[in-house]
Amino acid sequence: MSEQALKELGDHIAATLGDDVLKVELKLGELMVTVRRPSLIKSLTFLRDDPTCSFEQLLDVTAVDWPEREERFEVVYILLSYKHNRRLRVKVTTDEDTPVASAVPVYNAAGWFERETWDMFGIFFSDHPDLRRILTDYGFEGHPLRKDFPMTGYVECRYDEDQKRVVYEPVRLTQDFRSFDFLSPWEGMTNVMLPGDEKAQAPDTGSKP
Amino acid sequence: MTIATSAHPAAGQSGGKTQIKPYTMNFGPQHPAAHGVLRLVMELNGEVVERCDPHIGLLHRGTEKLIEYKTYLQAVPYFDRLDYVSPMCMEHAYVLGIENLLQIKAPLRAQYIRVLFSEITRILNHILSITTGALDVGAITPALWGFEEREILMEFYERVCGARLHANYFRPGGVAWDLPAGLTDDIWEFTERFPKFVDDIDNLLTNNRIFKQRTVDIGVVTKEEAFNWGFTGPMLRGSGVAWDLRKSQPYEVYDRMDFDVPVGLTGDCWARYLVRMEEMRQSNRMIRQCLKELPEGPVRAEERKVSPPPRGEMKRSMEALIHHFKLFTEGFHVPAGETYTAIEAPKGEFGVYLVSDGTNKPYRCKIRAPGFAHLQGLDFMSKGHMLADAVANIASMDIVFGEIDR
Repeated sequence: MSEQALKELGDHIAATLGDDVLKVELKLGELMVTVRRPSLIKSLTFLRDDPTCSFEQLLDVTAVDWPEREERFEVVYILLSYKHNRRLRVKVTTDEDTPVASAVPVYNAAGWFERETWDMFGIFFSDHPDLRRILTDYGFEGHPLRKDFPMTGYVECRYDEDQKRVVYEPVRLTQDFRSFDFLSPWEGMTNVMLPGDEKAQAPDTGSKP
Repeated sequence: MTIATSAHPAAGQSGGKTQIKPYTMNFGPQHPAAHGVLRLVMELNGEVVERCDPHIGLLHRGTEKLIEYKTYLQAVPYFDRLDYVSPMCMEHAYVLGIENLLQIKAPLRAQYIRVLFSEITRILNHILSITTGALDVGAITPALWGFEEREILMEFYERVCGARLHANYFRPGGVAWDLPAGLTDDIWEFTERFPKFVDDIDNLLTNNRIFKQRTVDIGVVTKEEAFNWGFTGPMLRGSGVAWDLRKSQPYEVYDRMDFDVPVGLTGDCWARYLVRMEEMRQSNRMIRQCLKELPEGPVRAEERKVSPPPRGEMKRSMEALIHHFKLFTEGFHVPAGETYTAIEAPKGEFGVYLVSDGTNKPYRCKIRAPGFAHLQGLDFMSKGHMLADAVANIASMDIVFGEIDR
């Protein structure tokens, strides 16, 4: 997988899909293509069927949550071409309310991957044949991998001897969750430009904790 | 087979004929043949599976969320607990991902050690997969023999990292420490007699009439189906696709390794079994080659911003002490970027999609587990087969819930 071949592939995709492609990036020797949300299915179908691309397999669908962005979610499709021995990531952006078209008509494998993304991020996939939660408990509320979901969650469960069943209760921590902020300028001095400190190039280890 | 049924009465009379209504049956989550906590809601017509809906997530621990709250180094042990049958291979994908983001490389000796232990792990995994698969279709002896060999291999694990299962041995930039004295000799001795064990299992199973009746033509997956459903590893090779990441996208020193990729012809459970058997032999070959070629040298990258200084240096150098302190409190910062790094785990392509925002913790770490995609295919693989064949299918997928539920 030479960089040159990936660059040519990126150019080919950008040239053929035209306006549907928003961005083609080549970083760390990996090719990423951001496409417009409405033309996702068209792009995926093209990437699968075009002989130059020939991405036969969808390896994974996942998302990254960037709450500060206007469209906070970035849905990532990881593709692999066996014919050309190449990988590609296709990205679309969306927010909490806007559905993304389901990729199941193009790749069967998308079924569970999208269920998981729905479960974890609450990204809705339209026309998905069976969009249920998959990893979390029956009756679970919320979408745990969103950045605004606390790591401890909201409920905890235990077996109640009196009621003879498992009950859910609000989380009660017997000890505070210890989260150290190493990014404050006094502790994690990594390339933090302080006013008047002209020699502040990477004082990574010099600071006392 | 004893399975808890939650079904409504199945038979209704119409005319003189008995009309059998589909039977909804609950399989698991506490069933030995479910290989963990798998709950299957099956619709049966008599004993023929019409629909099979796996309910997963009973072992979901939120690994990906936890990793977002840990430093890069603290997240390594979580990977042992994903596919707990092949822990070091899981770590391997993760540390390679970090190394890719940091743009560092492990020293050669460390690469050899990692490959050596990846292949030991592959044997560990395949022994369990094959023998418990045989157990599911009625053969008990392979499991008894196999676990003895696994125990020996886990002893190697213990000697190298102190734990039998949850190794936590690989590190970004190398491995935690060097091999202890004498270990290479003992592994070498193991590789000399291990082919005999594979032959024994071969004699017990490969042409065994009952075993073949239970696996040949069961769960046939065509090449196109394997692509479409995202199958990787032995599931893909069993369907006649010559694809192995160790050959096609070699990482570490796999490009120096001399090994063959077995490919099945029929795409059924038997073909997948044969692929795994041959992979064990090839892994054995690679272990021997690693031991022969193992170079001398450091086992961790000499990059103080990533790997801690040696003890001795810490006693004398203030800077080393600071490095050590910073590494084990704050951890190292990884430049912003993202990577998808995949390795050929025993079960298939295990990938880690790491997104870094430049801090000391991963911004997002998506774990691509091969078993997740495989289990999704259980429905189409089992359709039209008998109930007991669904069990054979599960076994041939090599399902481990640690990695599927994450």
